[in-house]
Amino acid sequence: MKTLIELKGVGKSFRSADGSARAVLEGVDFRLAEGEIVSLLGQSGSGKSTLLRILAGLIPADAGDVGYRGQPLHGPARGIAMVFQSFALFPWLTVQQNVELGLEARGMAPDERAARALAAIQLIGLAGFEGALPRELSGGMRQRVGIARALVVEPEILLMDEAFSALDVLTGERLREEILALWTSRRMPTKAMLVVSHNIQEAVLMADRVLIFASDPGRVRCQLSVQLPRPRDPDSAEVRQLVDEVYALMTAGTGRRPAGEPAALPLAHRLPQADVSRMDGLLELLADDLFAGHADLPKLAEETELADHELLPLTQGLSLLGLAQLADGDLHLTPLGRRYVDGDHTLRQQLFGQQLLASVPLAAHIRHSLEQEDSGELPQEPFLRLLSDSLDAAEAERVLRTAIEWGRHGEVFEYDYRTGVIRLPEGRQEAAEG
Amino acid sequence: MTDKRFFPRQVVESGGNRWDWALLPLVLALLVLLAWGGTQMARPYQLGEVLPLTLDPNALPYYLLRTTLRMFLALGASLLFACVFAALAAKYRAAERVLVPLLDILQSIPILGFLSITVTGFIALFPGNLFGVECAAIFAIFTSQAWNMAFSLYQSLRTVPPELQEASRVFQLSGWQRFWRLELPFAMPALLWNMMMSMSGGWFFVVASEAIAVSQQSIKLPGIGSYIALAIEQRDLQAIGWAIGAMLVGIVLYDQLFFRPLLAWADKFRFEEGSSDAAPTSWLLTWLRRTERLQPFALRIVALFGRSLTLFRRRHDGTSIRARARPAGAALQRAWDALLAAAVLIALWHLLRFIHTEVGWAEAGHVLVLGSITLLRVLVLTALAALVWVPVGIWIGLNPRWSGRLQGVAQFLAAFPANLMFPVAVLFIVRWKLNPDVWLSPLMVLGTQWYLLFNVIAGASGIPTELRYAAQNLGLSGWLRWRRYLLPAVFPSFVTGAITASGGSWNASIVAEYVTWGDTTLQAKGLGSYIAHMTAIGDFPRIALGIGVMCVFVMGMNHLVWRRLYRLAEDRMHF
Repeated sequence: MKTLIELKGVGKSFRSADGSARAVLEGVDFRLAEGEIVSLLGQSGSGKSTLLRILAGLIPADAGDVGYRGQPLHGPARGIAMVFQSFALFPWLTVQQNVELGLEARGMAPDERAARALAAIQLIGLAGFEGALPRELSGGMRQRVGIARALVVEPEILLMDEAFSALDVLTGERLREEILALWTSRRMPTKAMLVVSHNIQEAVLMADRVLIFASDPGRVRCQLSVQLPRPRDPDSAEVRQLVDEVYALMTAGTGRRPAGEPAALPLAHRLPQADVSRMDGLLELLADDLFAGHADLPKLAEETELADHELLPLTQGLSLLGLAQLADGDLHLTPLGRRYVDGDHTLRQQLFGQQLLASVPLAAHIRHSLEQEDSGELPQEPFLRLLSDSLDAAEAERVLRTAIEWGRHGEVFEYDYRTGVIRLPEGRQEAAEG
Repeated sequence: MTDKRFFPRQVVESGGNRWDWALLPLVLALLVLLAWGGTQMARPYQLGEVLPLTLDPNALPYYLLRTTLRMFLALGASLLFACVFAALAAKYRAAERVLVPLLDILQSIPILGFLSITVTGFIALFPGNLFGVECAAIFAIFTSQAWNMAFSLYQSLRTVPPELQEASRVFQLSGWQRFWRLELPFAMPALLWNMMMSMSGGWFFVVASEAIAVSQQSIKLPGIGSYIALAIEQRDLQAIGWAIGAMLVGIVLYDQLFFRPLLAWADKFRFEEGSSDAAPTSWLLTWLRRTERLQPFALRIVALFGRSLTLFRRRHDGTSIRARARPAGAALQRAWDALLAAAVLIALWHLLRFIHTEVGWAEAGHVLVLGSITLLRVLVLTALAALVWVPVGIWIGLNPRWSGRLQGVAQFLAAFPANLMFPVAVLFIVRWKLNPDVWLSPLMVLGTQWYLLFNVIAGASGIPTELRYAAQNLGLSGWLRWRRYLLPAVFPSFVTGAITASGGSWNASIVAEYVTWGDTTLQAKGLGSYIAHMTAIGDFPRIALGIGVMCVFVMGMNHLVWRRLYRLAEDRMHF
């Protein structure tokens, strides 16, 4: 089939604060052919959003070639439209004016663009709302406007950047089904779609191919072909099995580590953004009678009502701390995790702190440095600088925040938000001095 | 194209065109007044000719027309300046490096400084015509209006939400289209707010801008400012009263006929979700929207504007070689930086030599001391004003019944030129033989204290209801209640207000430290009176020195105190 857009060995790096380059994408090969829908899955920070923006011509690639219809792509092309996660509607323009935006930019006559915009509005089920301002509409309706605005310019390629993740589950599902119905009935002029998502089920239901991204630096880890007829039933055995498979692929190699083995993580390991109380809750659920210590990730997602991008960091956090273990898309409670769940608050804190020091080098390093100070305290900046050697500023900040939150929970160290100082907990400080 | 923006429900529902008839006289009157005022402005005029000026209250409507016309022309010029400035500074990094510091400096130059330096040039531009002098006056007003508008627009352009920028690029909007469809609408609310502030600022210096001293003679252009100047010369307190009345009428008129409709119309440009505040309404806008004959007229203009949007479009897309990003030449950038540094050094060198030869270092030191005195005044008075207005503002803000009404009053008071009250102060001080060094000082904050008040009111009424309940529930009372709950809650809005108030006080010091009433002149020791005095005797090097020192003080305050407090407020104390 005819290739529409092709990436060859594409790399992209951003300069971090100290001027050193940090690779976000490296050696990405990718092609999008006519008539296919491709889904891009990956953890946050794996560069899939960056890849989408390179394809949209919004940011240039540093290395490799980006070709659209055999031509090099230097900027946004007319045949490529995009649907945004946050809708990106112009709040001061009416629905119709928003939809007409791309046509107006091309210099189309007012009558013709009105006719086309009305047709697109009709197609996407917004008839009657032409004169409304976006703020009058619900989230689902707004995304319909976003889709109509993209479709009205008759793009060959439609890029969707987590287009349904800002919507509630029901609305998102319905909108997705409608798009797929338009696609299968060939009522939209689009020849190919690329869907960035963090919802595994969504990716499996939509795509002909699912691409799974690995992070640091972002690259295509593997791809999975989905050859099921549409519309696909999310409860069918085939879909369930594929979802399971993707979960296994996504969690493979992340934080899976036999308990007891010495930590081999780098100091600036990208700690998963896992909230402590949520990890607690997840462990308790896992230990519950319902799962009895072993849970299938899709089931766990269903039970916790967490989105995949919220659930996965939690499981990684637990697995990193040795409280649970990830294997083949399943989460297992470890004996240590069992002790943790059964313990009271003090024991939990103690175990958490002990595991944190044993398995998160960053936490151990902070603790070690603090213990060498007479005052038992240090400003956070040196640690931030250390992290930003290999992470960008925002990510370094996020990783340190996570480490601090975990450290506070495990009473490994304390942190003063107002002064930005990390210090040893009250009791332990004297112990360290004595 | 049916542009639905100007077709709200009312149009469809209203049957007749009585709104047209109701508005017709208003529109005609406006047109006639504009035309007449315009011709009066461009009369033949020779330097030395004395323009007739009277204290007769019947002449006031005419003076009001002339002054208002000047202010709106200046406002238009400021708007244009702001657009060009912001577009350049936001788009080109090289331009940004020069323009932003330049504006920072310009902003802190007191308006009187501009006037005395530029007026001869403007007169030479239109020889034999009054328009030259008018231009000088308009320029003076412009300098009191333009800077904050330009800054606000620039800030807005820098903070356009990235996803909207991406959308505009994906859908191939050209620079021109992006400006009108995205950037200007996004900036509109802040810009409008600053335009209103600018109008108030213009009133404050209306006397200074209309009574112009050039080559040892003073030209008094017909207007409210000259009227007041004449009244002060002749010690006519009643005439001052009339002028205040006329000014109030003027402020109410342009508020109702211009800013209200604009505010109500611009409500749709609010970017935040949810409607926390009630949408502003305007009777005039509602009328305009109900007319039948005026609408097509407006629509035709909109259509013309729409055509310009399709005309200036992007002709190529991302597959063209023209879309290829040119790598930013590191060498070129470094050369530009070096050039800038060299220019700054040369300017500094010239400045130092100038001070050395023209005024001497002793004088410079003296001016620095004067600056410190004025600094002390600004700080003490801002603190005093805060001591009074913060509790009052919090009390008002927590009483929703009062806050809506009184906030409007405070805004109006801020718009009112406080210098009109100065003569009263002079009479008072002379009568009781008070020390002008102390008793002239309060005049500096007379006009600017209201910024503190209405910002604190806004902050206090913005305290989340849950927090209020929590404080009640915990039984917070006394000093603890203030320290832990009320003061931190209004801190960010207090800082915003204090920045405006102290900036305004510096500017006001030139007027407030040097007050005349007839032939009595009261002077407080300070930088403001130094500049005012040197302007009165026309000593250019010393004016420049005084203005330069004031710039240094204002910029120093901004960088060392206010910006830090602002960052602190942004970082820690917001909901």
